[in-house]
Amino acid sequence: MRIYILLTVLLFNSGWLFAAEGEMLYEFSPDLTDQQALQRGARTFVNYCQTCHSASYMRYNRMGEDLGIPDDVLLENFMFGTDKVGDTMEIAMSAEDGEKYFGIAPPDLSVTARARGAEWLYNYLMTFYLDPAKPTGVNNLVFRDVAMPHVLWELQGWQSAVYHEETGEDGELVRTIDHLEITSEPASKPQAYQGESYEQTVSDLVNFMVYLGEPIQLKRKSYGVWVILYLVFLLVIVYFLKKEYWKDVY
Amino acid sequence: MSADGIDINRRRFLTTTASVAGGAGAVATSLPFIATMTPSAKTRAIGAPVEVEIGDLQPGQLRIAQWQGKPVWILRRSDSSLGTIAEQDDVVADPESEREQQPDYAKNEYRSIKPEYLIVLGLCTHLGCSPTYVSRDQASNHNLGSEWKGGFFCPCHGSRFDLAGRVYSGVPAPTNLVVPPHMYLSDTRVLIGDDSGVAS
Amino acid sequence: MIKYILALRDWIDARFPLMEEWNKHVGQYYAPKNFNFWYYFGVLSMLVLVIQIVTGIWLTMNYKPAADLAFSSVEYIMRDVEWGWWIRYMHSTGASAFFIVVYLHMYRAMLYGSYKKPRELVWLIGMLIYFTLMGEAFFGYLLPWGQMSYWGAQVIISLFGALPIIGDDLSLWIRGDFVVSDVTLNRFFALHVIALPLVLCGLVVAHILALHEVGSNNPDGIEIKEHKDENGIPLDGIPFHPYYTVKDTVGVVIFMILFVSVVFFWPEMNGYFLEHANFVPADPLKTPEHIAPVWYFTPFYAILRAVPDQLGGVIAMGLATVLFCFLPWLDRSKVKSIRYRGTKYKLALTAFTISFVALGWLGMQPATPFFTMLARGFSVIYFLFFLLMPFYTSTDNDKPVPDRVRV
Repeated sequence: MRIYILLTVLLFNSGWLFAAEGEMLYEFSPDLTDQQALQRGARTFVNYCQTCHSASYMRYNRMGEDLGIPDDVLLENFMFGTDKVGDTMEIAMSAEDGEKYFGIAPPDLSVTARARGAEWLYNYLMTFYLDPAKPTGVNNLVFRDVAMPHVLWELQGWQSAVYHEETGEDGELVRTIDHLEITSEPASKPQAYQGESYEQTVSDLVNFMVYLGEPIQLKRKSYGVWVILYLVFLLVIVYFLKKEYWKDVY
Repeated sequence: MSADGIDINRRRFLTTTASVAGGAGAVATSLPFIATMTPSAKTRAIGAPVEVEIGDLQPGQLRIAQWQGKPVWILRRSDSSLGTIAEQDDVVADPESEREQQPDYAKNEYRSIKPEYLIVLGLCTHLGCSPTYVSRDQASNHNLGSEWKGGFFCPCHGSRFDLAGRVYSGVPAPTNLVVPPHMYLSDTRVLIGDDSGVAS
Repeated sequence: MIKYILALRDWIDARFPLMEEWNKHVGQYYAPKNFNFWYYFGVLSMLVLVIQIVTGIWLTMNYKPAADLAFSSVEYIMRDVEWGWWIRYMHSTGASAFFIVVYLHMYRAMLYGSYKKPRELVWLIGMLIYFTLMGEAFFGYLLPWGQMSYWGAQVIISLFGALPIIGDDLSLWIRGDFVVSDVTLNRFFALHVIALPLVLCGLVVAHILALHEVGSNNPDGIEIKEHKDENGIPLDGIPFHPYYTVKDTVGVVIFMILFVSVVFFWPEMNGYFLEHANFVPADPLKTPEHIAPVWYFTPFYAILRAVPDQLGGVIAMGLATVLFCFLPWLDRSKVKSIRYRGTKYKLALTAFTISFVALGWLGMQPATPFFTMLARGFSVIYFLFFLLMPFYTSTDNDKPVPDRVRV
């Protein structure tokens, strides 16, 4: 039985190339059906992520069209570096500067959700914790020694790791992280975020990033339904056609 | 194999139905392929309206802007050259701009919103070359004769246009130069490619 | 209307063997009447080839074969080009679908002995098609210029570096640079969109010409040409058109339902058709943690890793693909179809099937000691299937074969 579970797990995760990096504390599966949630995610993205990360393959007006944001609202609340709605979501910071500040240029986030997966992103954003050994003062459970600071701290507050100590077989003390605990609540959240939990904010943001990875996914399945309906209809006709001709053979 | 009891009508009907349904599918399949060859979102973004600063243009000076990749001429006409436009009415092909080569707000004597500024696409209506601006005193360089009041001369096939972008009679180009949709954002800034703020 | 069409046909026919060729290959090509499920995969391979060529042409209209532009041009196709995403998913799904139908098509030949006399050349041309297809897939996979594209190409090209004496120079020559680079991408593009498709089309024509020269095999492995009526028409044969054209249409529509389901609903196929790491742009300084080829190469990749010696692994991997070419001569049985084969061949084929699938799975896994051990075991079975074939097929308890096909 055990080997079957092992095989099943491996089979369905084998394409999952980043999974090995850390354990997932939270389960998360994306849901793109709520347009309001996607809009809130977009707002968090442009206000927090897009300070350092670009999404150079995404155009503002495409986002506006897909998420139901009119051009004037886009210009007012979502676009800070440009006033052309057809522009892509760039940042002011150059890659060289990024490398200077963080040691590594912040990657473009257009297709990150497709590379990392929604669950990984959710866990990543949920599990920053205080670690004085790091230059940014924080570490992360799924992305060890990440160069990025905890940008959303003013929404989440600070978490600390609670360790679990155990004496190993060779007598050495083994410290592992048991779980994370909020040790400092956010003093006051920005106005726009006061009504929602941090989990909600992160969930919306990750959903938005999943959308960002492949904008057409909002529509392609509904096209697929029509194509398959047509093909099933065609199948009925060609099946009877085949049967009619093959009367000669049998 | 036997040929007994073959229902020819049924076969014909099924074959026709299958052909029509399959043909419809083939046509539908071709649509995405056709769609991919239309201008992409990037192309449309690059072709978006452009703002041009015109406050520093001197009388007689031509500025070439780019909209949808095409040259757009912005010519500041002096008062004296505006006076020559009416004189050309007899020698241009469409003096009243009857042909739809301009938005309604440019269908007037000077083919412009403000008489001072001519704004036209710098592409010859013959076969799409970009004509050259030739002022009155440069006429001899292009053998345009002493009657030349200033205007545009196309090097490809010799078409000529006056200072309102109107085509002269007897040249290959069939129509006047195109006035693109545009509007003034202020006295010194013009938006080319969009006139949605203008009551026509 | 009909009158004019017929007149046009006759006009052409007087100058070009139109009806002659049509009758030879379609209208009066007599195929055995007992084709079953397995016989759809030939026409499906043709269908996928057409899909790949057409979508490929349209992709090249927007794709840019340069290291600094390739990745973003693919995302440009996915987002900015109208319906570009559909063309791209058709092509990426088509790549995997091609191998699915070709593997099943080849497996059909092994089930019913289609490679045996007189169809050896049909089989060999088919093997050339398969090798060309592997090249086509390999070159094409570099083009999106993601991490898996890059490091996959790096690894495969390095295989040539394992060859003695010429190895290093050869891999340098293939890349045209000291690492996989813009130069490599540019030439792979040329090979992927022009060179190999031309070869592929030529080989497909040759494959069909050779097949129509000797006639199709069937699930009973009986030569239908041995029993003809007074007009010289095989008693168990039926004209390809209309009987197999209408039958294949049913297969084509069913296949398309499955195919478009993937395209519209699961284009990544959980990372099997589009690998997750390939959404990270190629980075020559950092290899992804776990790299594996796309699923259709993994059986051979598992064999490569199973052999502890570098050169030995490369040779074993090459041999694993080339051995198929020798099947017509390794198989000593008088019987073609699995229906009349003896126990030994049935067991051997079952063991081979399990090994092939298991190796395919193992090729995607990290090479842990346990998995490596498994891969070694299955590799041995894989090779023994071929190497022992002359012995177990010549001594098998084959059953008598009837004269006429069963329907």
